[in-house]
Amino acid sequence: MNQSSIWNPALIQPAIRDAFKKLSPRVQIKNPVMFVVEIGSALTSISFVNDLIHGQGREALFSGQISLWLWFTVLFANFAEAMAEGRGKAQAENLKKARLETEAVLKNKDGSTKKVPSSQLRKGDVVVVIAGNIIPADGTVIDGVASVDESAITGESAPVIRESGGDRSAVTGGTMVLSDQIVVQITTNPGESFLDRMIAMVEGAVRQKTPNEIALNILLAGLTIVFLLATVTLKPFAMYANTQVSLAILVSLLVCLIPTTIGGLLSAIGIAGMDRLVQRNVLAMSGRAVEAAGDIDVLLLDKTGTITIGNRMATRFYPAQGFTEKEVAEVAAIASLSDLTPEGRSIVTLAEKMGVKAQLSPGAEIVPFTAETRMSGVNVGDVSIRKGALDSVKNWIKTTSKGTIPPEVDEAVQIIAKQGGTPLVVAKNGKAIGVIQLKDIVKPGIRDRFERIRAMGITTIMITGDNQLTATAIAAEAGVDDFLAEAKPEDKLRLIKNYQAEGRMVAMSGDGTNDAPALAQSDVGLVMNTGTQAAREAGNMIDLDSDPTKIIEIVEIGKQLLITRGSLTTFSIANDVAKYFAIIPAIFAATLPALGALNIMGLKSPQSAVLSAVIFNALIIIVLVPLALKGVEYRPQSASKILQRNVLVYGLGGVIVPFIGIKIIDVIINAVGLV
Amino acid sequence: MTSQDYIQFALFVGMLWLITKPLGIYMAKVFDGTKTFLSPLLAPVEKLIYRILGVNPNEDQAWTRYSIHLLVFSAIGCAFTYAILRLQHHLPLNPAGMGVISPHLAFNTAMSFTTNTNWQSYSGESTMSYLSQMVGLTFHNFTSAAVGISVAVALIRGISRKEAKGIGNFWVDLIRCHLYVLLPLCIVYAVFLISQGMIQNFSSYVDVTTLEGAKQTIAQGPVASQVAIKMLGTNGGGFFNANAAHPYENPTPLSNFIQMLSIFSIGSALVYMLGRKVKNLKHGWAVWVTMTILFVGGVLIAAHYEYQGNPAYTQLGCSTPANMEGKETRFGIFNSSLFATVTTDASCGAVNSMHDSFTPMGGFVPLLNIMLSEIIFGGVGSGLYGMLSYILLTVFIAGLMVGRTPEYLGKKIEGREIKYVMFSMIIFALSILGFAAWGSMDPAGLAGLSNPVNHGFSKILYAYTSATGNNGSAFAGLNANTPFWNLTLAFAMYFGRFFMMIPMLAVAGSLAKKRIHPGGEGTFPVDGALFIALLMGVIIMVGALTFFPALALGPIAEHFEMLQGHFFK
Repeated sequence: MNQSSIWNPALIQPAIRDAFKKLSPRVQIKNPVMFVVEIGSALTSISFVNDLIHGQGREALFSGQISLWLWFTVLFANFAEAMAEGRGKAQAENLKKARLETEAVLKNKDGSTKKVPSSQLRKGDVVVVIAGNIIPADGTVIDGVASVDESAITGESAPVIRESGGDRSAVTGGTMVLSDQIVVQITTNPGESFLDRMIAMVEGAVRQKTPNEIALNILLAGLTIVFLLATVTLKPFAMYANTQVSLAILVSLLVCLIPTTIGGLLSAIGIAGMDRLVQRNVLAMSGRAVEAAGDIDVLLLDKTGTITIGNRMATRFYPAQGFTEKEVAEVAAIASLSDLTPEGRSIVTLAEKMGVKAQLSPGAEIVPFTAETRMSGVNVGDVSIRKGALDSVKNWIKTTSKGTIPPEVDEAVQIIAKQGGTPLVVAKNGKAIGVIQLKDIVKPGIRDRFERIRAMGITTIMITGDNQLTATAIAAEAGVDDFLAEAKPEDKLRLIKNYQAEGRMVAMSGDGTNDAPALAQSDVGLVMNTGTQAAREAGNMIDLDSDPTKIIEIVEIGKQLLITRGSLTTFSIANDVAKYFAIIPAIFAATLPALGALNIMGLKSPQSAVLSAVIFNALIIIVLVPLALKGVEYRPQSASKILQRNVLVYGLGGVIVPFIGIKIIDVIINAVGLV
Repeated sequence: MTSQDYIQFALFVGMLWLITKPLGIYMAKVFDGTKTFLSPLLAPVEKLIYRILGVNPNEDQAWTRYSIHLLVFSAIGCAFTYAILRLQHHLPLNPAGMGVISPHLAFNTAMSFTTNTNWQSYSGESTMSYLSQMVGLTFHNFTSAAVGISVAVALIRGISRKEAKGIGNFWVDLIRCHLYVLLPLCIVYAVFLISQGMIQNFSSYVDVTTLEGAKQTIAQGPVASQVAIKMLGTNGGGFFNANAAHPYENPTPLSNFIQMLSIFSIGSALVYMLGRKVKNLKHGWAVWVTMTILFVGGVLIAAHYEYQGNPAYTQLGCSTPANMEGKETRFGIFNSSLFATVTTDASCGAVNSMHDSFTPMGGFVPLLNIMLSEIIFGGVGSGLYGMLSYILLTVFIAGLMVGRTPEYLGKKIEGREIKYVMFSMIIFALSILGFAAWGSMDPAGLAGLSNPVNHGFSKILYAYTSATGNNGSAFAGLNANTPFWNLTLAFAMYFGRFFMMIPMLAVAGSLAKKRIHPGGEGTFPVDGALFIALLMGVIIMVGALTFFPALALGPIAEHFEMLQGHFFK
């Protein structure tokens, strides 16, 4: 999906239109802070009209400007929300194009087929999709294998393989079969499909407030009521001091004190957070999951594919006495020529790198790997070559030549195992000639990443089916905090439950059906889009790129979302100090001139002081829109370091900035002659 | 301030620090129900009381049940006192022959003592019989203090418990608090006060001829026993109208020092107990340091402006501008300022000088202290649960900035907790500002005022702040013994007490149910300088900003008027 810059004109225009539409009280009432501002705007507008009718030009000029800026305050907040929504809507438009009505070939129970529109398909129906056709709805492949173009959803043009059974059986409606033919059992009813949910999600239509957002809203509403009390009671207090306070000034004070900055930007921050996930091709099933991502304490990572590059590779040959490394390489390569597994190919590649060209002479008899012999190799004439685990090769040597394994080979096997590698012994004509070292290759840069994660206070745990020895070595190399070796699916589930019982939040990524229970149990379960339907149902986020390491980015996005919320709340509350110093002396300028000592900004006149504070209050919202949409800069660090920085920038900055801002605005409006 | 003042101040803070840990450990043991050195003596008594009251000490109450029992207990106590006051002229122990008390005064007084406020619209020596003082009022000095401590203890339990339904047993907390904490401390304390020359008798008032030959009636009574709990339980209701400025209520410099210390002692120990119970002593001390910094700041400001006095004095030919109006020469500027700050940091309300006569900024400090809802050590119990509501706000607002949903000591702070905290904040502001607005508009309110304009407003504001904050001190010159003042103040006291307590018990109940998340590198730190700074920031931003317009009109306006040399009649 395309990354759109913040100030994309194509997005701004509709956002401005939406900002006006959102002035409807029915929309505003959902946001108590801005609703109060809107009522205030309406009240000052009435007082403006009143001033006009009674011919009080000076007062009308003032109340008119105040009411104008109050309306702007509401509009700016609406605009921020509309901008955030607009970005999602643009993405939803792209997705909708994939949700076209298609024709499906329905397969009846008796084997006959008939054509039906895709909208008539129900859960449990079975359809046949051939090359060139669009898959009509979400489902599971129950027969056949095909390459599928999923670019409509993932934006990734390389086709993916979908086949029955196993962990790559799920298909998504709207994607296209490029080759072959598959039989698909439909798993969703119309309107509930993955694509539908995805569209709703990015559009923000089903966006529900997250728990923390609700709590923050309660805080903001509470503060609004408290400041409402402070302002409303000021009227009788002022009357006691023989001061008349105009409605426009009271409303101005109120609007300046209530947390409009965060109140106006809160929903934009939430929408933008979801949007950042979508831009990384991750789809969260709920906003709650994004918040939970920020809280993660433990990351469970599968070794294969996440920490290591999927497959083991040959990295070294150990010769037995009387042989050279090259000789071992050649024999090993010949034994592996017919072995098409990635491991086998890596042996040939390594040998080629050493300058050894191995060729299979015609008439060679290939001995494939079987579970029984646990060896593979070739017989060329009377030469027989084998490679395999130590025990199997030992047996073969014993039976063919009554030989034994030389001690240096045994030693090499030990060394390799200790380093976390897998030793394969190579033997020729009943004699062990050397050992191949197969190793898991840890992904480059993964160690640094884990260090960053550790700095955030998160524990990383590697899950692997390997034995203890191998797991220890890889864990040390990758720099994870802990590992679970010889892990079975139920072990994973138990591990997650144990951590949760300790009060920790666990995230994991997975794709297979056997991952489903663990995914469902974890607080954040990231499912690969290539995963099975069961896994996709169990998790609460889906990665369309099927990159398990993305879970790390998701945690960062979650944290960034929460930090942005907290920082702007702090900023908003800290702003109040300066506004008091602007407005309070202004209110009592006539009756209690002594209070002028509080006018430390040296604002020109009472009217310009109030107006400047209101203008600052409105403009700060629009100034902070990019920050709300992009999120506060986040560096993986310990909590106290992050806190220190943000308190300094948004807390202390929040106290100081408005003093400067209001003063500047005061100078400008006096120069222009607005008051 | 003189160097002597600084030495005394340092001594005061040092002594407070010294008693905090041992008393905190002792109280933690008492409320855990574990053995203390007094158990052999008191455990049988405790068991006997449970049997008489029919209390099952092993019952663990949910917050709702705890609250209902607390409310019923307080309501009965309030009704009992009302009855005694209304009937005192028929009851014994009335040697001075005190007459009938009006319904509104009796209601105000009953509410006042039930809520640990001890606002007195009357002067004790000319209104109350000995029976009224001892039975009707003093018993509240114990129970209201114990109720406050119980709520704090229940809240600490709620925070420290893991996935629990209950927050303790109200009756057990209440009875243990009396038996193991308040009574033993008060007995020792009262004996000490008597040693300092405080009176303790049931004699009739004495008529004497003074050196100038004037006739004077000197009031007598069981003073020491009442003063002990008045200070320890942060009640503050004086036996005499002059309160701790009266020689019988505060005979020596040492008694003055110890009285101030005793106001803070239980509040301070509770903070330590919090740290101990949540197994995070550093957090407990961080809260303690926050309180201490705010306390020291308040004292320095008040003393500074009292020493500074009114510049007009020097123009009138006074040798020093220092403000001695309304102060006992025995205590002087510093000990008066210190006492005023202590008594309003805590919700005590005892006074050894007249706050009304302080300079505007000197009087601003006590007023602000109460407006912050008395969380600087605070009223016994109420100080801690008030502070905890600020801590929850701090954790909630600033906690987000570390990139996690907010949590306090491993417990998630969610909508429910914030709702309760905000509810109590709104009620607090509503009670102070709403009543003050009413009082400053209603002729019935204005009738009680002796000063016009700003200072008159300060008096009104101070009265409702004091009542809502359950402090009980007053700016003199407000005749509050009228139906309007007695009734509105009684309601302010009621709101300020129970509408703060019950939400915090609800918070306790909600927190008790939660899982505890173990802290680490990634969690919000609740100790250290940054936390202390943040907590102070929230207290000042959220607490003080609410009242800034009102303060600006009262003491702040007065201050600048004074500097400009304006005079008022």
